[in-house]
Amino acid sequence: MQGQTIKTLSFFPGCSLASAHTEHGSSLRALSRYLNIELAELVDWNCCGSSSAHSINRRLADRLAGRNLSLAPPGRPLLVACPNCYLRLKEAQKKLAGDSSARENYERDWCRPFDYELKIVHLFEILEDLLKRNLGSDKKHKLQGLKFAPYYGCMQNRPPALYAERKFTGILEGVLSNLGANPISWSGSRTCCGTFLSVTRPDAVTKIVNNMMDEARQVNADCIVTACAMCHLNLEIRATVKNPMPVLYISELISLAFGQKHHGPWFARHIVDPRPMLNSHGLL
Amino acid sequence: MPEQGSAAVSKRQINLSGASGGFAAEVSRRAKTSVGLCWHCLVCAAACPFLAPMGYPPVGVLRLVQLGQEKAVLESASIWGCVGCHSCSDACPNSIDVAAIMDVLREMAMERGVKNPAGDILSFHQEVVSSIAKYGRTHKLSIMMKYKLGNRDFFSDAAMGTKMLLKGKLDLFPSRVSDTAALKRLFEAENGKEDSCKGKP
Ligand code: SF4
Ligand code: SF4
Repeated sequence: MQGQTIKTLSFFPGCSLASAHTEHGSSLRALSRYLNIELAELVDWNCCGSSSAHSINRRLADRLAGRNLSLAPPGRPLLVACPNCYLRLKEAQKKLAGDSSARENYERDWCRPFDYELKIVHLFEILEDLLKRNLGSDKKHKLQGLKFAPYYGCMQNRPPALYAERKFTGILEGVLSNLGANPISWSGSRTCCGTFLSVTRPDAVTKIVNNMMDEARQVNADCIVTACAMCHLNLEIRATVKNPMPVLYISELISLAFGQKHHGPWFARHIVDPRPMLNSHGLL
Repeated sequence: MPEQGSAAVSKRQINLSGASGGFAAEVSRRAKTSVGLCWHCLVCAAACPFLAPMGYPPVGVLRLVQLGQEKAVLESASIWGCVGCHSCSDACPNSIDVAAIMDVLREMAMERGVKNPAGDILSFHQEVVSSIAKYGRTHKLSIMMKYKLGNRDFFSDAAMGTKMLLKGKLDLFPSRVSDTAALKRLFEAENGKEDSCKGKP
Protein backbone atom coordinates (compact mmCIF):
# COMPACT_ATOMS: atom_id res chain seq x y z
CA MET A 1 0.00 0.00 0.00
CA GLN A 2 2.91 2.28 0.55
CA GLY A 3 3.41 4.99 -2.02
CA GLN A 4 -0.21 4.85 -3.11
CA THR A 5 -1.99 8.14 -3.50
CA ILE A 6 -4.22 9.17 -0.68
CA LYS A 7 -7.85 9.71 -1.51
CA THR A 8 -9.78 12.27 0.51
CA LEU A 9 -13.44 11.69 1.31
CA SER A 10 -15.80 14.01 3.12
CA PHE A 11 -16.94 12.21 6.22
CA PHE A 12 -20.28 12.32 7.99
CA PRO A 13 -19.88 10.62 11.38
CA GLY A 14 -23.41 11.16 12.74
CA CYS A 15 -24.23 11.63 16.42
CA SER A 16 -23.70 8.06 17.55
CA LEU A 17 -20.21 7.84 16.12
CA ALA A 18 -19.12 11.30 17.10
CA SER A 19 -20.04 11.01 20.73
CA ALA A 20 -21.04 7.88 22.48
CA HIS A 21 -19.36 5.18 20.44
CA THR A 22 -15.80 6.20 19.86
CA GLU A 23 -14.62 2.60 19.55
CA HIS A 24 -16.48 2.46 16.24
CA GLY A 25 -15.29 5.93 15.19
CA SER A 26 -11.65 5.38 15.98
CA SER A 27 -11.47 1.86 14.56
CA LEU A 28 -13.08 3.21 11.40
CA ARG A 29 -10.41 5.88 11.17
CA ALA A 30 -7.75 3.22 11.64
CA LEU A 31 -9.35 1.18 8.87
CA SER A 32 -9.38 4.09 6.46
CA ARG A 33 -5.66 4.61 7.04
CA TYR A 34 -5.02 1.08 5.75
CA LEU A 35 -6.96 1.99 2.66
CA ASN A 36 -5.08 5.25 2.15
CA ILE A 37 -8.27 7.17 2.61
CA GLU A 38 -8.21 10.48 4.39
CA LEU A 39 -11.43 11.41 6.14
CA ALA A 40 -12.32 15.10 6.14
CA GLU A 41 -15.15 15.54 8.63
CA LEU A 42 -18.00 17.63 7.27
CA VAL A 43 -17.60 21.00 8.96
CA ASP A 44 -20.37 21.81 11.44
CA TRP A 45 -22.62 18.89 10.41
CA ASN A 46 -25.92 18.40 12.20
CA CYS A 47 -27.94 15.39 13.35
CA CYS A 48 -30.01 13.64 10.64
CA GLY A 49 -32.93 13.36 13.02
CA SER A 50 -32.35 9.77 14.11
CA SER A 51 -35.56 7.73 14.02
CA SER A 52 -37.45 10.56 15.67
CA ALA A 53 -37.52 13.55 13.31
CA HIS A 54 -39.15 11.74 10.38
CA SER A 55 -41.54 10.08 12.82
CA ILE A 56 -43.13 13.36 13.85
CA ASN A 57 -41.95 15.99 11.34
CA ARG A 58 -41.05 14.88 7.84
CA ARG A 59 -40.33 18.38 6.63
CA LEU A 60 -37.79 18.90 9.40
CA ALA A 61 -36.18 15.52 8.64
CA ASP A 62 -35.70 16.54 5.01
CA ARG A 63 -34.24 19.89 6.01
CA LEU A 64 -31.82 18.34 8.51
CA ALA A 65 -30.51 16.04 5.79
CA GLY A 66 -30.52 18.88 3.26
CA ARG A 67 -28.31 21.13 5.34
CA ASN A 68 -25.75 18.33 5.69
CA LEU A 69 -25.74 17.83 1.92
CA SER A 70 -25.14 21.57 1.47
CA LEU A 71 -22.02 21.37 3.64
CA ALA A 72 -20.27 18.83 1.43
CA PRO A 73 -17.56 20.44 -0.66
CA PRO A 74 -17.96 19.74 -4.40
CA GLY A 75 -15.90 17.15 -6.21
CA ARG A 76 -15.42 14.92 -3.22
CA PRO A 77 -17.52 11.86 -2.31
CA LEU A 78 -19.29 11.92 1.04
CA LEU A 79 -18.75 8.86 3.21
CA VAL A 80 -21.56 8.23 5.69
CA ALA A 81 -20.65 6.05 8.65
CA CYS A 82 -24.16 5.38 9.94
CA PRO A 83 -26.46 3.21 7.79
CA ASN A 84 -29.53 5.09 8.94
CA CYS A 85 -28.05 8.53 8.24
CA TYR A 86 -27.02 7.14 4.83
CA LEU A 87 -30.64 6.39 3.93
CA ARG A 88 -31.82 9.79 5.16
CA LEU A 89 -29.19 11.66 3.15
CA LYS A 90 -29.77 9.54 0.07
CA GLU A 91 -33.54 10.02 0.25
CA ALA A 92 -33.20 13.78 0.72
CA GLN A 93 -30.82 14.00 -2.23
CA LYS A 94 -33.26 12.12 -4.43
CA LYS A 95 -36.18 14.32 -3.36
CA LEU A 96 -34.21 17.50 -4.01
CA ALA A 97 -33.03 16.31 -7.41
CA GLY A 98 -36.61 15.66 -8.48
CA ASP A 99 -38.37 18.70 -7.04
CA SER A 100 -37.54 22.17 -8.29
CA SER A 101 -39.37 24.06 -5.56
CA ALA A 102 -37.62 22.04 -2.83
CA ARG A 103 -34.37 22.84 -4.59
CA GLU A 104 -35.20 26.54 -4.69
CA ASN A 105 -35.85 26.51 -0.94
CA TYR A 106 -32.66 24.58 -0.34
CA GLU A 107 -30.58 27.06 -2.31
CA ARG A 108 -32.19 30.01 -0.61
CA ASP A 109 -31.67 28.47 2.85
CA TRP A 110 -28.12 27.25 2.46
CA CYS A 111 -26.83 29.75 -0.11
CA ARG A 112 -25.33 27.00 -2.23
CA PRO A 113 -26.32 25.50 -5.54
CA PHE A 114 -27.66 21.96 -5.17
CA ASP A 115 -24.92 19.50 -6.13
CA TYR A 116 -26.43 16.84 -8.43
CA GLU A 117 -23.07 15.16 -8.70
CA LEU A 118 -22.44 14.58 -5.00
CA LYS A 119 -21.70 10.91 -4.52
CA ILE A 120 -22.89 9.57 -1.17
CA VAL A 121 -20.79 6.59 -0.17
CA HIS A 122 -22.00 3.82 2.12
CA LEU A 123 -19.57 2.46 4.68
CA PHE A 124 -19.95 -0.92 2.94
CA GLU A 125 -18.45 0.49 -0.25
CA ILE A 126 -15.23 1.03 1.64
CA LEU A 127 -15.32 -2.59 2.77
CA GLU A 128 -15.96 -3.65 -0.79
CA ASP A 129 -12.88 -1.76 -1.85
CA LEU A 130 -10.92 -3.68 0.72
CA LEU A 131 -12.22 -6.92 -0.74
CA LYS A 132 -11.67 -5.92 -4.39
CA ARG A 133 -8.10 -4.92 -3.74
CA ASN A 134 -7.71 -8.17 -1.86
CA LEU A 135 -6.13 -6.28 1.01
CA GLY A 136 -5.52 -8.53 3.95
CA SER A 137 -5.33 -11.81 2.05
CA ASP A 138 -1.83 -12.10 3.51
CA LYS A 139 -3.46 -11.90 6.94
CA LYS A 140 -5.65 -14.96 6.60
CA HIS A 141 -4.25 -16.53 9.71
CA LYS A 142 -5.23 -13.56 11.85
CA LEU A 143 -8.88 -14.29 12.41
CA GLN A 144 -8.55 -18.02 11.77
CA GLY A 145 -11.04 -20.01 13.78
CA LEU A 146 -13.23 -17.04 14.76
CA LYS A 147 -16.88 -17.85 14.14
CA PHE A 148 -19.10 -14.83 13.74
CA ALA A 149 -22.81 -14.19 13.23
CA PRO A 150 -23.12 -11.35 10.68
CA TYR A 151 -25.75 -8.85 11.77
CA TYR A 152 -27.28 -6.36 9.31
CA GLY A 153 -30.43 -5.38 11.20
CA CYS A 154 -32.55 -3.07 9.04
CA MET A 155 -29.52 -1.91 7.07
CA GLN A 156 -30.42 -3.69 3.86
CA ASN A 157 -34.04 -2.59 3.81
CA ARG A 158 -34.91 0.03 1.23
CA PRO A 159 -38.03 2.12 0.77
CA PRO A 160 -39.47 1.75 -2.77
CA ALA A 161 -37.88 5.02 -3.93
CA LEU A 162 -34.48 3.50 -3.20
CA TYR A 163 -35.13 -0.07 -4.41
CA ALA A 164 -32.46 0.39 -7.05
CA GLU A 165 -29.80 1.11 -4.43
CA ARG A 166 -27.38 -1.66 -3.72
CA LYS A 167 -27.78 -3.80 -0.61
CA PHE A 168 -24.25 -5.08 -0.23
CA THR A 169 -25.55 -8.53 0.62
CA GLY A 170 -22.84 -10.69 2.12
CA ILE A 171 -20.29 -7.93 2.53
CA LEU A 172 -19.60 -8.60 6.23
CA GLU A 173 -19.19 -12.30 5.48
CA GLY A 174 -16.93 -11.61 2.48
CA VAL A 175 -14.56 -9.23 4.19
CA LEU A 176 -14.11 -11.27 7.35
CA SER A 177 -13.75 -14.60 5.52
CA ASN A 178 -10.98 -12.99 3.53
CA LEU A 179 -9.26 -12.41 6.86
CA GLY A 180 -9.75 -16.02 7.93
CA ALA A 181 -12.93 -15.87 10.04
CA ASN A 182 -15.92 -18.17 9.51
CA PRO A 183 -19.38 -16.70 8.95
CA ILE A 184 -22.23 -18.60 10.57
CA SER A 185 -25.65 -18.52 9.01
CA TRP A 186 -28.46 -17.66 11.39
CA SER A 187 -31.96 -16.23 11.29
CA GLY A 188 -31.27 -13.06 13.31
CA SER A 189 -29.16 -11.45 10.61
CA ARG A 190 -31.81 -9.04 9.31
CA THR A 191 -33.96 -8.45 12.38
CA CYS A 192 -34.27 -4.75 13.26
CA CYS A 193 -32.80 -3.86 16.66
CA GLY A 194 -35.78 -1.71 17.65
CA THR A 195 -34.09 1.72 17.71
CA PHE A 196 -36.09 3.95 20.08
CA LEU A 197 -38.29 1.12 21.37
CA SER A 198 -35.25 0.18 23.43
CA VAL A 199 -36.09 3.23 25.55
CA THR A 200 -39.86 3.34 25.25
CA ARG A 201 -40.74 -0.40 25.08
CA PRO A 202 -37.65 -2.11 26.50
CA ASP A 203 -39.49 -5.42 27.01
CA ALA A 204 -40.27 -5.75 23.33
CA VAL A 205 -36.63 -5.17 22.45
CA THR A 206 -35.32 -7.49 25.16
CA LYS A 207 -37.44 -10.28 23.72
CA ILE A 208 -36.00 -9.81 20.25
CA VAL A 209 -32.42 -9.35 21.44
CA ASN A 210 -32.53 -12.41 23.72
CA ASN A 211 -33.83 -14.53 20.85
CA MET A 212 -30.92 -13.35 18.75
CA MET A 213 -28.38 -14.05 21.46
CA ASP A 214 -29.82 -17.52 22.07
CA GLU A 215 -29.75 -18.37 18.42
CA ALA A 216 -26.21 -17.11 17.94
CA ARG A 217 -25.19 -19.35 20.85
CA GLN A 218 -26.98 -22.34 19.40
CA VAL A 219 -25.12 -22.06 16.11
CA ASN A 220 -21.86 -21.78 18.07
CA ALA A 221 -20.88 -18.28 17.06
CA ASP A 222 -18.16 -16.54 19.09
CA CYS A 223 -19.57 -13.10 18.49
CA ILE A 224 -22.08 -11.02 16.58
CA VAL A 225 -20.65 -8.50 14.11
CA THR A 226 -22.37 -5.23 13.21
CA ALA A 227 -21.64 -1.99 11.40
CA CYS A 228 -24.21 0.13 13.21
CA ALA A 229 -23.79 1.98 16.51
CA MET A 230 -27.50 1.86 17.30
CA CYS A 231 -27.69 -1.91 16.78
CA HIS A 232 -24.59 -2.31 18.87
CA LEU A 233 -26.02 -0.39 21.78
CA ASN A 234 -29.43 -2.06 21.72
CA LEU A 235 -28.01 -5.56 21.53
CA GLU A 236 -25.68 -4.86 24.42
CA ILE A 237 -27.98 -3.04 26.82
CA ARG A 238 -31.14 -5.08 26.24
CA ALA A 239 -29.75 -8.61 26.44
CA THR A 240 -30.81 -10.24 29.70
CA VAL A 241 -29.73 -13.80 28.85
CA LYS A 242 -27.29 -15.40 31.27
CA ASN A 243 -24.38 -15.49 28.92
CA PRO A 244 -24.73 -12.64 26.40
CA MET A 245 -22.66 -12.81 23.28
CA PRO A 246 -20.08 -10.10 22.62
CA VAL A 247 -21.03 -7.73 19.80
CA LEU A 248 -18.15 -6.34 17.76
CA TYR A 249 -17.94 -3.63 15.14
CA ILE A 250 -16.73 -4.82 11.77
CA SER A 251 -14.15 -2.02 11.86
CA GLU A 252 -12.77 -3.32 15.18
CA LEU A 253 -12.25 -6.82 13.82
CA ILE A 254 -10.64 -5.64 10.59
CA SER A 255 -8.31 -3.35 12.52
CA LEU A 256 -7.32 -6.25 14.78
CA ALA A 257 -6.61 -8.45 11.77
CA PHE A 258 -4.47 -5.71 10.28
CA GLY A 259 -2.41 -5.70 13.43
CA GLN A 260 -3.69 -2.46 14.93
CA LYS A 261 -2.02 -2.18 18.31
CA HIS A 262 -3.60 1.01 19.60
CA HIS A 263 -7.03 -0.32 20.41
CA GLY A 264 -6.61 0.98 23.97
CA PRO A 265 -10.10 1.69 25.25
CA TRP A 266 -12.17 0.18 22.42
CA PHE A 267 -12.96 -3.14 24.06
CA ALA A 268 -13.15 -1.85 27.62
CA ARG A 269 -16.03 0.36 26.49
CA HIS A 270 -18.20 -2.58 25.49
CA ILE A 271 -20.89 -3.45 28.00
CA VAL A 272 -20.56 -7.15 27.14
CA ASP A 273 -16.80 -7.53 27.56
CA PRO A 274 -15.39 -9.15 24.38
CA ARG A 275 -11.83 -9.45 25.75
CA PRO A 276 -12.05 -13.00 27.12
CA MET A 277 -13.34 -14.21 23.73
CA LEU A 278 -10.74 -12.19 21.80
CA ASN A 279 -8.00 -13.43 24.10
CA SER A 280 -9.02 -17.02 23.62
CA HIS A 281 -8.47 -16.49 19.89
CA GLY A 282 -5.12 -14.85 20.52
CA LEU A 283 -6.35 -11.55 19.13
CA LEU A 284 -5.30 -9.18 21.89
CA MET B 1 -46.88 -12.26 -20.35
CA PRO B 2 -47.94 -10.26 -17.32
CA GLU B 3 -49.34 -6.87 -18.14
CA GLN B 4 -46.88 -4.02 -17.81
CA GLY B 5 -47.13 -0.36 -16.93
CA SER B 6 -49.59 1.89 -15.21
CA ALA B 7 -52.69 0.42 -16.87
CA ALA B 8 -51.91 -2.92 -15.25
CA VAL B 9 -51.25 -1.21 -11.94
CA SER B 10 -54.53 0.68 -11.96
CA LYS B 11 -56.44 -2.52 -12.79
CA ARG B 12 -54.92 -4.15 -9.75
CA GLN B 13 -55.91 -1.31 -7.47
CA ILE B 14 -58.87 -1.54 -5.19
CA ASN B 15 -61.19 1.30 -6.09
CA LEU B 16 -61.33 3.50 -3.03
CA SER B 17 -63.64 6.23 -4.27
CA GLY B 18 -66.91 6.91 -2.51
CA ALA B 19 -67.74 7.62 1.08
CA SER B 20 -64.69 6.02 2.67
CA GLY B 21 -62.26 6.91 -0.11
CA GLY B 22 -61.33 10.44 0.98
CA PHE B 23 -59.12 9.38 3.85
CA ALA B 24 -57.29 6.73 1.80
CA ALA B 25 -56.76 9.23 -1.00
CA GLU B 26 -55.30 11.79 1.37
CA VAL B 27 -52.94 9.23 2.94
CA SER B 28 -51.82 8.00 -0.49
CA ARG B 29 -51.23 11.52 -1.76
CA ARG B 30 -49.24 12.62 1.26
CA ALA B 31 -47.17 9.44 1.48
CA LYS B 32 -46.62 9.44 -2.29
CA THR B 33 -47.70 5.82 -2.51
CA SER B 34 -50.90 3.87 -3.25
CA VAL B 35 -52.93 2.46 -0.40
CA GLY B 36 -55.29 0.89 -2.96
CA LEU B 37 -52.55 -1.43 -4.17
CA CYS B 38 -52.55 -3.48 -0.98
CA TRP B 39 -54.01 -6.94 -1.61
CA HIS B 40 -53.53 -8.18 1.96
CA CYS B 41 -50.94 -10.81 1.32
CA LEU B 42 -49.62 -10.41 4.90
CA VAL B 43 -45.99 -10.31 3.76
CA CYS B 44 -45.47 -7.08 5.71
CA ALA B 45 -46.99 -8.63 8.83
CA ALA B 46 -44.55 -11.51 8.57
CA ALA B 47 -41.64 -9.11 8.07
CA CYS B 48 -42.47 -6.67 10.88
CA PRO B 49 -40.48 -7.39 14.05
CA PHE B 50 -42.67 -5.19 16.26
CA LEU B 51 -46.18 -6.54 16.08
CA ALA B 52 -46.37 -6.67 19.88
CA PRO B 53 -45.93 -2.96 20.63
CA MET B 54 -47.93 -2.07 17.51
CA GLY B 55 -51.17 -4.00 17.95
CA TYR B 56 -52.54 -3.93 14.40
CA PRO B 57 -49.89 -5.27 12.03
CA PRO B 58 -48.93 -3.01 9.11
CA VAL B 59 -51.43 -4.78 6.82
CA GLY B 60 -54.15 -4.10 9.39
CA VAL B 61 -53.30 -0.41 9.37
CA LEU B 62 -53.54 -0.39 5.57
CA ARG B 63 -56.88 -2.20 5.70
CA LEU B 64 -58.27 0.35 8.12
CA VAL B 65 -57.10 3.15 5.85
CA GLN B 66 -58.75 1.49 2.84
CA LEU B 67 -61.97 1.22 4.81
CA GLY B 68 -61.81 4.87 5.80
CA GLN B 69 -61.63 3.96 9.51
CA GLU B 70 -59.89 7.22 10.29
CA LYS B 71 -60.50 7.29 14.02
CA ALA B 72 -59.50 3.66 14.59
CA VAL B 73 -56.22 4.05 12.77
CA LEU B 74 -55.21 7.51 14.00
CA GLU B 75 -55.91 6.53 17.58
CA SER B 76 -54.09 3.21 17.34
CA ALA B 77 -50.85 2.33 19.09
CA SER B 78 -49.67 0.77 15.83
CA ILE B 79 -48.59 4.01 14.22
CA TRP B 80 -46.48 4.86 17.30
CA GLY B 81 -44.98 1.41 17.87
CA CYS B 82 -43.64 1.39 14.31
CA VAL B 83 -39.92 2.22 14.19
CA GLY B 84 -39.68 2.88 10.46
CA CYS B 85 -37.28 0.01 9.81
CA HIS B 86 -38.64 -0.55 6.28
CA SER B 87 -38.78 -4.32 6.75
CA CYS B 88 -42.35 -4.06 5.42
CA SER B 89 -41.71 -1.63 2.54
CA ASP B 90 -38.72 -3.67 1.45
CA ALA B 91 -40.70 -6.90 1.34
CA CYS B 92 -44.02 -5.66 -0.09
CA PRO B 93 -44.70 -7.29 -3.49
CA ASN B 94 -46.61 -4.19 -4.57
CA SER B 95 -43.87 -1.74 -3.63
CA ILE B 96 -46.08 0.12 -1.21
CA ASP B 97 -44.09 2.48 0.98
CA VAL B 98 -45.67 1.28 4.21
CA ALA B 99 -43.19 3.10 6.45
CA ALA B 100 -44.01 6.40 4.69
CA ILE B 101 -47.70 5.71 5.32
CA MET B 102 -46.89 5.31 9.04
CA ASP B 103 -45.04 8.66 9.00
CA VAL B 104 -48.04 10.34 7.40
CA LEU B 105 -50.52 8.75 9.80
CA ARG B 106 -48.54 10.01 12.80
CA GLU B 107 -48.46 13.44 11.23
CA MET B 108 -52.24 13.39 10.70
CA ALA B 109 -52.85 12.14 14.25
CA MET B 110 -50.87 15.08 15.59
CA GLU B 111 -52.56 17.62 13.29
CA ARG B 112 -55.98 16.40 14.38
CA GLY B 113 -55.02 16.21 18.02
CA VAL B 114 -56.66 12.82 18.50
CA LYS B 115 -56.19 10.60 21.55
CA ASN B 116 -52.74 9.04 21.59
CA PRO B 117 -52.45 5.68 23.36
CA ALA B 118 -48.65 5.90 23.23
CA GLY B 119 -48.07 9.44 24.42
CA ASP B 120 -44.74 8.46 25.95
CA ILE B 121 -43.37 7.53 22.52
CA LEU B 122 -44.46 10.88 21.12
CA SER B 123 -42.79 12.63 24.04
CA PHE B 124 -39.58 10.69 23.43
CA HIS B 125 -39.54 11.84 19.80
CA GLN B 126 -40.23 15.38 20.96
CA GLU B 127 -37.27 15.26 23.37
CA VAL B 128 -35.00 14.13 20.54
CA VAL B 129 -36.22 16.90 18.26
CA SER B 130 -35.85 19.51 20.98
CA SER B 131 -32.30 18.34 21.63
CA ILE B 132 -31.59 18.87 17.93
CA ALA B 133 -33.24 22.29 18.06
CA LYS B 134 -31.01 23.25 20.95
CA TYR B 135 -27.67 21.77 19.93
CA GLY B 136 -28.06 20.69 16.31
CA ARG B 137 -27.15 17.22 17.49
CA THR B 138 -28.69 14.69 19.84
CA HIS B 139 -27.54 14.66 23.43
CA LYS B 140 -28.57 11.26 24.77
CA LEU B 141 -28.14 12.00 28.45
CA SER B 142 -30.47 14.98 28.55
CA ILE B 143 -32.98 13.27 26.24
CA MET B 144 -33.12 10.30 28.59
CA MET B 145 -33.40 12.41 31.72
CA LYS B 146 -36.19 14.57 30.33
CA TYR B 147 -38.02 11.54 28.97
CA LYS B 148 -37.83 9.80 32.33
CA LEU B 149 -38.91 12.91 34.24
CA GLY B 150 -41.79 13.49 31.83
CA ASN B 151 -43.03 9.96 32.39
CA ARG B 152 -42.45 10.02 36.16
CA ASP B 153 -40.32 6.96 35.71
CA PHE B 154 -37.27 7.54 37.88
CA PHE B 155 -36.00 4.09 38.65
CA SER B 156 -36.38 1.70 35.75
CA ASP B 157 -33.13 1.49 33.87
CA ALA B 158 -31.21 3.57 36.44
CA ALA B 159 -28.59 0.82 36.78
CA MET B 160 -28.22 0.59 33.02
CA GLY B 161 -27.86 4.37 32.80
CA THR B 162 -25.06 4.33 35.35
CA LYS B 163 -23.30 1.54 33.48
CA MET B 164 -23.54 3.46 30.23
CA LEU B 165 -22.15 6.57 31.91
CA LEU B 166 -19.22 4.63 33.33
CA LYS B 167 -18.50 3.03 29.99
CA GLY B 168 -18.46 6.47 28.40
CA LYS B 169 -21.55 5.73 26.34
CA LEU B 170 -23.43 8.78 27.57
CA ASP B 171 -21.55 12.02 27.07
CA LEU B 172 -22.02 14.48 29.90
CA PHE B 173 -21.84 17.47 27.61
CA PRO B 174 -23.50 17.84 24.25
CA SER B 175 -21.54 18.42 21.09
CA ARG B 176 -23.02 21.29 19.14
CA VAL B 177 -23.50 22.93 15.79
CA SER B 178 -21.73 26.29 15.85
CA ASP B 179 -23.74 28.04 13.11
CA THR B 180 -26.66 29.02 15.30
CA ALA B 181 -28.33 31.07 12.55
CA ALA B 182 -28.46 27.97 10.35
CA LEU B 183 -29.80 25.96 13.25
CA LYS B 184 -32.60 28.49 13.70
CA ARG B 185 -33.39 28.41 10.00
CA LEU B 186 -33.77 24.62 10.11
CA PHE B 187 -36.67 24.98 12.50
CA GLU B 188 -38.39 27.96 10.89
CA ALA B 189 -41.93 27.26 9.81
CA GLU B 190 -41.30 28.90 6.42
CA ASN B 191 -38.24 28.66 4.26
CA GLY B 192 -35.74 31.50 4.46
CA LYS B 193 -36.01 34.67 2.46
CA GLU B 194 -33.65 35.57 -0.34
CA ASP B 195 -31.63 37.97 1.85
CA SER B 196 -30.25 35.18 4.10
CA CYS B 197 -27.64 34.66 1.38
CA LYS B 198 -26.53 38.29 1.16
CA GLY B 199 -22.81 38.68 1.41
CA LYS B 200 -22.25 34.94 1.18
CA PRO B 201 -20.43 33.23 -1.67
S1 SF4 C 1 -46.92 -6.64 1.90
FE1 SF4 C 1 -47.80 -4.94 0.74
S2 SF4 C 1 -49.54 -5.81 -0.41
FE2 SF4 C 1 -48.93 -7.35 1.16
S3 SF4 C 1 -50.31 -6.90 2.88
FE3 SF4 C 1 -48.42 -5.71 3.24
S4 SF4 C 1 -48.79 -3.69 2.32
FE4 SF4 C 1 -50.37 -5.10 1.54
S1 SF4 D 1 -41.43 0.07 9.35
FE1 SF4 D 1 -42.87 -0.15 11.06
S2 SF4 D 1 -44.53 -1.40 10.25
FE2 SF4 D 1 -42.80 -1.64 8.86
S3 SF4 D 1 -41.72 -3.45 9.59
FE3 SF4 D 1 -40.74 -1.71 10.58
S4 SF4 D 1 -41.82 -1.46 12.54
FE4 SF4 D 1 -43.09 -2.82 11.25
